[in-house]
Amino acid sequence: MADAVTATADLPSQSMAASLMRMLKSFALLRESWVGMIGAAIIIFWVLIALFAPLISPFDPNAHLKPFAHPGAEYAQGGTFWLGTDKTGRDILSRIIWGSRTVLFYAPLATFTAYFVGIIMGLAAGYYRGWVDDVLSRLADIILSFPVLVLYVIIIATIGASGTNIVIAITFASGPGIMRIVRGLTLDLRNRDYVAAAETRGESAWRIMIIEILPNARGPLIVDGCLRLGYVIITIGVLGFLGLGLPPPDPDWGGMINESRQLAMVFPYMVLSPVLAISSLILGFNLLADGLREISLRD
Amino acid sequence: MQFDDNAPVLEIKDLNLSYYTRAGEIPAVIDFSLTVTCGESIGLVGESGCGKSTVAMAIMNYMGGNGAIKSGSIKFKGVELTTLNPVELRALRGSAISMIYQEPFAALNPSLTIGNQLTEVPMTHEGISREDATERAAQLLGDVCLPDPERVMAAYPHQLSGGQQQRVVIAMALLSRPSLLLLDEPTTALDVTVEAGITKLIGEISKKYGCSQVYISHNLGLILEVCDRVFVMYSGEVVEEGTINSLFTWPKHPYTHGLFGCIPLPTADKNAAPLRPIRGQLPLPHERPNGCNYGPRCDHFKEGRCDRGVIGMDYVSATRTTDHRVRCLRWQEINTEPDVLHSEAKEPLPIGDTVLEVEDMQKYYEIHDRSIAAIIRGESVKYVKANESLTFRAHEGETVAIVGESGCGKSTFAKVLMGLETATQGHVRQKGKEIADVPVNKRTPQQIGSLQMVFQNPFDTLNPSHTVGAQIARVIKKFGVEGNKAKIRQRVLDLLDIVKLPRDFYIRRPRQLSGGQKQRIGIARAFAGNPSIVIADEPVSALDVSVAAAVTELLMEIQREHRTTLLFISHDLSVVRYLADRVVVMYLGQIMERGTTEQVFAPPYHPYTEALLSAVPIADPEVTKREIVLEGNLPSVLNPPRGCPFSTRCHRKIGKICDDERPPVQLAADDHYIACHIALDELRAVGPVIQVPQESERLHVVETGAADPA
Repeated sequence: MADAVTATADLPSQSMAASLMRMLKSFALLRESWVGMIGAAIIIFWVLIALFAPLISPFDPNAHLKPFAHPGAEYAQGGTFWLGTDKTGRDILSRIIWGSRTVLFYAPLATFTAYFVGIIMGLAAGYYRGWVDDVLSRLADIILSFPVLVLYVIIIATIGASGTNIVIAITFASGPGIMRIVRGLTLDLRNRDYVAAAETRGESAWRIMIIEILPNARGPLIVDGCLRLGYVIITIGVLGFLGLGLPPPDPDWGGMINESRQLAMVFPYMVLSPVLAISSLILGFNLLADGLREISLRD
Repeated sequence: MQFDDNAPVLEIKDLNLSYYTRAGEIPAVIDFSLTVTCGESIGLVGESGCGKSTVAMAIMNYMGGNGAIKSGSIKFKGVELTTLNPVELRALRGSAISMIYQEPFAALNPSLTIGNQLTEVPMTHEGISREDATERAAQLLGDVCLPDPERVMAAYPHQLSGGQQQRVVIAMALLSRPSLLLLDEPTTALDVTVEAGITKLIGEISKKYGCSQVYISHNLGLILEVCDRVFVMYSGEVVEEGTINSLFTWPKHPYTHGLFGCIPLPTADKNAAPLRPIRGQLPLPHERPNGCNYGPRCDHFKEGRCDRGVIGMDYVSATRTTDHRVRCLRWQEINTEPDVLHSEAKEPLPIGDTVLEVEDMQKYYEIHDRSIAAIIRGESVKYVKANESLTFRAHEGETVAIVGESGCGKSTFAKVLMGLETATQGHVRQKGKEIADVPVNKRTPQQIGSLQMVFQNPFDTLNPSHTVGAQIARVIKKFGVEGNKAKIRQRVLDLLDIVKLPRDFYIRRPRQLSGGQKQRIGIARAFAGNPSIVIADEPVSALDVSVAAAVTELLMEIQREHRTTLLFISHDLSVVRYLADRVVVMYLGQIMERGTTEQVFAPPYHPYTEALLSAVPIADPEVTKREIVLEGNLPSVLNPPRGCPFSTRCHRKIGKICDDERPPVQLAADDHYIACHIALDELRAVGPVIQVPQESERLHVVETGAADPA
C-alpha cells in the first residue's frame, strides 16, 4: 500500500514532465516533412532578426542620411548601405530589419484576437445550434459578403489608422471565416460519446465547449492558423501599401513598398527588398502549414 | 489463363504474409494452408488481429501498399495467383473471384443508380450489351429476394435500407457467376432479423450458383449456420480446422475451447455457469512468443514443451476422415470436458426495492416542415413517435434488458432517463422522484451521479485530448464523492484496480489504449460516482468475443459488489439471456413484451420475440431452432401503423384487426405482459423456438467420452 501512496505522489509531476516531453516530441515530428522544415527555418530566421534588431541593424531606421544611395554604397560617416536608401535617405536594410518587428508583433496579435472571437462564436453556433447558430451565421455571412479590402478601408477610414485599429479591423474581417471553421468542427464533435458523457454529468455548456470540444479541434485550427498568419501579413502589407497602415515613421514593409512604387522603374531596389521580405515570410508560414497538414494526415 | 476445372477452386499452401512498415517487417499470417473444393463453404474465425482479412485480401493480391506475400502459393483452379500481373488480376477480380465487404453502404457508389452499378459488372467482364446486362441484373435481384427489382434498379443506394443494400452487393458479386466468393463479415453492420435473412440467403447461394465461399467472421454461431468447414485463427496462424460437426462438438485446441467459453450459449448463466474470459492479451505481431503463440494465455501450458520450436498441425482422427487438425502438442493429454467451459458458480444477487418506475412514458420529436405545400395542407408539424407509452419497473440489484433493433426507440429512452431529453408525457420516477420532465441541468448532483451511463462505442467514449485519470477524476469531483485532491486520486486508482487495469494508466491518453481497455475505463467512469442505476448501451457489441466476455464479467462483478441496477440495452439476445433478470422487448417505440428472462424466452411469445429468438445465431450444433424469417420492411417512424406496429412484418398476423386496432396488453403470468391480438391460449400452444438438449443427451456424453468420431 505504501508503494501505491508514493506512486501517486509522483503522478502530478510525472504528468507535467510528460506534457513537456510530448510538446518537444511534436516539434521533432516536424522533421518528417522537409517542406515544413523549410517553412519553420524561414520563420525562425525572421524571428531571430526581429529579436536582435537593435544589435544587427546598421543604422537608425528613421534617420535621414543619404537619399537615393544604391545598394552597396558607402556612407561618408562609416558603414555601408547594403540595400541602398530610400527617397528620404533612410537605410533600407535597417528599415527591413526593424520592420520585421512590426510585422511579427502585429500579425500574430491580430491573428490571435481573430481566433479568440472566431472560436467563441463558432463554438456557440455549433454547440447550441438553433437560433444562436442562425443569428451568428447570418452575421458572419453579412461580414463575409463584403470584399475584404473594401471592409478594411471602411473600418480604418472610420476609426482611424493605428496599430490597435489594425488589429481590430483584422479581427473583424477574419473572425467570421474562423467562426465557420470552428462551427463545422464543433457540429461534428458534439455528437461524440464523450460529449454526451459530459452532458449527462451535468457539466455547464461552456465547460463542455472549451474543455471537451475545443482541444479536439486543434489539429485543423493549427494548420489554418499558420495559413491565416500569412494572410494577415499580406493584409498588413496591403494596408500599409494603401496608406492605411501604421502611421509613419514606423518602418512597415507595406508602407515601404507604397513609398517607393512610383520610383520603381528607376530605382527598383527600393521596392524589391520589402517585397522579398514579405514574400519570404508569407512563404515560410505557408510551407509550415503545408508541413503540419502533411504530418497530421500521416497519422 | 487456363483454368483447370478438376483442380480445387482454391488451394493455398504454406502462405506467409507480412506487412513492411517503418518499424520493420511484421508477419501477419504464418504457415497458412487451405483447400476449397467446388461448392464448399469455408469459415475463417478469429478475433481482431488474427489475420483473417489479410488472407482474403491476399487471395486477390490486394494487400495495399505495404503488404506482401512473403512466400507460399495460392492456386485458383490450378492457376498460380501470386505471379499474375495486374492486367490478369483485374480480369479475375469481380468475375471469377468476388468479394463482399462489411459495410454495404461503403461498397456502393452513392452517386450512381443501382442499375448502373450492377450492369457495369457483366458489361466489363463479358462485354454483353446493356439490355442483356439489365435483364440479368433484374433476374439476380429477384434471386436475392429483393421485391420489385425494377424499382430497386432505378433507386440510389441511400434510398435502400441496410439489408437491401447488402443484398444488392451480393447480387453484384454474383452477376458474373464467380467460382469463388469471399465474404468479410457481411452481416456485422446489420440488425439481427435482417442478418438472419442475409445469412440464410448466403447459405443457399453456394448450392444454387455452384460457387464456393470463404466466409470470414468472428461469430461462431453464424459460421455454424453457413459453413461446411471452419478454420480457427489465432495471431496469424490456423490453430484448429475441421468440419462443422467435428470442430463444434469436439473442439480440441485450448483457444477454440476458450472461445466457446466466452460465448453466452444457451447453457451459460451468469450465476450458475458464468462465462470464462480468456486471460491475458493478444501478443503484438512483432512480439510473438517462442513455440506456441497461444502459450502465455493457455491453462495447459507446459514450460519446456510448448515454448519451443515450430508447432505443426496434427490430425485428430486416426482415420483422417473429418480432416480435423489441431496445432497443439498436448491435445491428447488435455481433458477438455465442458465443465471447464464455465467459471465457478456464484450466488444470485437478491433483488431489492423498486428504484426506477416508468409509467406510460411518451416521447415525440417534432419535425417542422416549412415548405409552403405543407403549410397549406396544415401538416407543417410532424411527429416522430420515438417512444410510445412505455411502462416497466426496475429493482435494486436487478439487470433489466431492453431489447430491440435499430429504430425501436431504446436510445431515445436512454436519453430521456439521462435527462438529455425530456418526456412529452408520462412519468419516470427515480427512487420516487419524478425525472421525466427534468432535463439534466436541473437535476441535483446526487440525482445525476446516481444514474450514469456506459456508452456503446468504446472509441469515442473517452476524450482523446485528456488523460484517463483526469477524466475519471473529473467525475469524482463533480459528484462530490471526494473533496481533496489526494482522496480523489486515490479513488481513481481504486477504480482502476476494480476494472483490472494497471495503475499507470492514470497518465495515459485514450489513444494508447485498446478498445476493451477503453470500455473498462468507460465503466470505471460510470461507477465513479457510486450510481444506483447504470444504463449500459450495447457496451460490448463493438468488442471482440473474448474481450466482450471479460468486460461483461467485469460489469457483473461490479454490479454484484455495489448492488447496482443495470439497464442493459442490446439487440443480442444471447447476451440478454445470459445476464438479464427481466427483459423488455421494444419495436418501433412500443413495448411488445416484458417479463422475467425465463418467461420471455419460453412460450407464450409475442410474435416479434419469436422472430428475434429464431434470428440469433447459436454456436452449438446440438441446439435446434425453429426458423422464422421476417418479410417486409420496418415502417417509417413518421407514419407508424395505426394498429400494431409489427403488423407489416408479422408472420402470425390474424387479419385486419392487426392493422387497425392497438393490440391489448395481455397478462400472461405474474408480471409477464404481451401486447398482441392473438389469444393467450393460442400463444401458449406455440412450441419453443430454441431447444437445448439435456446434458445427458449430448453427443459427446452419449458416445461415452470418445474423443474421436470413428
